[in-house]
Amino acid sequence: MDQFTLNLLVIGASFALYFGIAFWARASSTAEFYAAGQGVGPVVNGMATAADWMSAASFISMAGLIAFGGYNNSVFLMGWTGGYVLLALLLAPYLRKFGKFTVPEFVGDRFYSTSARMVAVVCLLVISITYVIGQMVGVGVTFARFLEVSTTTGLLIGSAVVFAYAVFGGMKGITYTQVAQYVVLIIAYTIPAVFISLQLTGNFLPQLGLIGSYAPSGGDVAFLDKLDQVVTELGFSAYTADTSNMLNMFLVTMSLMIGTAGLPHVIIRFFTVPKVSDARLSAGWALVFIALLYTVAPAVGSMARLNITTTFWPGAVTGTALSAPAVSLEAIQTNPELSWVNNWQKTGLLAYTDKNGDGLIQYFNEKKPVADANTALAAANKALSEAAADADKAPLEAKVAEAQAALDAALADPANGLVEGQSLTDMGLKGNELTTVNNDIMVLANPEIAKLPGWVIALVAAGGLAAALSTAAGLLLAISSAISHDLIKGALKPDISEKGELLAARIAMAFAIVLATWLGLDPPGFAAQVVALAFGLAAATIFPVLMMGIFSTKVTKEGAIAGMLVGLISTSVYIFLYLGWFFIPGTNMLPNTPAAHFFGISPAAFGPIGALLNFGVAYIVSSMTKAPPKDVQDLIQSIRVPKGAGAAQAH
Amino acid sequence: MADKTSSNAYWAANIRVITISMVIWFACSFGLGILLRPALSGIHIGGADLGFWFAQNGAIYVFLVLIFAYAAKMNKLDKEHGVEE
Repeated sequence: MDQFTLNLLVIGASFALYFGIAFWARASSTAEFYAAGQGVGPVVNGMATAADWMSAASFISMAGLIAFGGYNNSVFLMGWTGGYVLLALLLAPYLRKFGKFTVPEFVGDRFYSTSARMVAVVCLLVISITYVIGQMVGVGVTFARFLEVSTTTGLLIGSAVVFAYAVFGGMKGITYTQVAQYVVLIIAYTIPAVFISLQLTGNFLPQLGLIGSYAPSGGDVAFLDKLDQVVTELGFSAYTADTSNMLNMFLVTMSLMIGTAGLPHVIIRFFTVPKVSDARLSAGWALVFIALLYTVAPAVGSMARLNITTTFWPGAVTGTALSAPAVSLEAIQTNPELSWVNNWQKTGLLAYTDKNGDGLIQYFNEKKPVADANTALAAANKALSEAAADADKAPLEAKVAEAQAALDAALADPANGLVEGQSLTDMGLKGNELTTVNNDIMVLANPEIAKLPGWVIALVAAGGLAAALSTAAGLLLAISSAISHDLIKGALKPDISEKGELLAARIAMAFAIVLATWLGLDPPGFAAQVVALAFGLAAATIFPVLMMGIFSTKVTKEGAIAGMLVGLISTSVYIFLYLGWFFIPGTNMLPNTPAAHFFGISPAAFGPIGALLNFGVAYIVSSMTKAPPKDVQDLIQSIRVPKGAGAAQAH
Repeated sequence: MADKTSSNAYWAANIRVITISMVIWFACSFGLGILLRPALSGIHIGGADLGFWFAQNGAIYVFLVLIFAYAAKMNKLDKEHGVEE
């Protein structure tokens, strides 16, 4: 059976499972549609939360980000798990005690104001819609890669699948589907990880392999030391190298942590458990299931990075990378163990060209002068080839010659070489010949690089789709409940019947899927930028307003509204300044470089600053306005104790 | 009013537990994983230095212990103050 048929079978079987579950657990009331009837146990909810939380980015991209970013990209590992501590300690139990269905509903009741609720709806929609675009793009890309269809077709198939089970199942259907999706994605992630760890370190557990020793050279050198040695020899910075900007790393981690705790689609999962104590426990279980992937990810990333490097420099397995010739073109074409290189070149995730014509593919990091000269030469060549037939080509040809001379000078300068005292020209090199290595390949090609059977490859495909679909479904539910419950029932048509609201929720979700698909077809900017906005905004708006609602009895409706608006506007403006207004390329007013950032704070790191502004403004405005009324004080006292609402309101 | 005093004492105890937990949360991630990494680079866990290990693996284990310990401690506090469900 060929790989394509195998992929189809495994993916088809996983979809059949999701549809079956959604049909069995379809929602029949608004309580079931919004909160699964508040009857989900803490372990099951933890597993569903983990699938809800771990998106295509976690599954496909994160290991690659860590592989190439090294220690610096630990921000994702700490940031995307530390938020669960905040959820368990600061938000989940109190919001569960409140006992209603949506985040804006809590904001509206606690801050006794429909306006506050509507501002929260706006924040929620901006956060969830930006986030869901990234998921739909992920669904399209994954389908395209494994089912050999176009990205657009992939996106449309994905939307149809989410539509089929999310619209009918509601929160109840989504919860049990997410449990199945979690099982698929965690198996798909860990099987290749265990094998690659066994091969490289002899350790069964990837977590121990990461800190173990490198087995193929006899086991006398630590795995991380080996990786550092090989990549620095090829001109890359060391995997464990320290960060160059500690403040920025600190703030990005903080932004991801409080952003995680402020994401509405994660928070509403804690409305589904029966008791307050279950909400605390459920956050712990969610993190157990998330940690199964997140503690493995750095091992997957670093080991796949070493594997790719030793594939291109076979000498690196036992000695130094440059001790033996690089991999030959002939080996790539004929050796079945290297067939994955050409397989993935077809997808564009990997690209190589033999620049110096020596029949070998030399993979290394060009120092900045060489890389810049190569870019300039490519631009000059492009201008020449695009020039009109009757145009005067002489100046363009002169530009190319000038760029070529600059490149030759850079290549001949020993300062740009890989070995002390030798230039790249001395070594016969004209530049890095593995021109593209996409981050995603670290997970997607892992089973092939580790020479695992075809069904593991098919499983990774199903896992990637499960990760993207489960997160998309959770986000769509958050969007639809904000529209049907907060906007329609809460403000526009309070007397809507239960049946009418359930229908409105389903229509809102169908509408949200169409919107997300449309935006996913033509995403505004890169997925990573969009996700940075979602986390920054969640950190600067939802998290502070919920914190103040629970832990302060003094913050007033005016304070909450002003705080949310300041958080929303300051964070989006800071991001748009560097990434373009509404992510439209070319409209950014400042270059997105560390030198142009205020105090070196990157747009992705602004969340905690926005949160501080939110807190500050809310407290100042609250001190100048009339204190919250008695019934709100009672509400605050009631959510602070687990015991039934009636008893707490009696005094 | 007795109920109110008891729930005030419960809330004060809760805030105390949260504060201690947040200090540990901060120390294991931002502290050991980022701010103190250069100072502690001499200490190793297997093949990794302490700060690197906390940033890539260790902090997550501490977060896990922290949440379950908090949940258990709060269940006990709920009972002591008679506010359990």
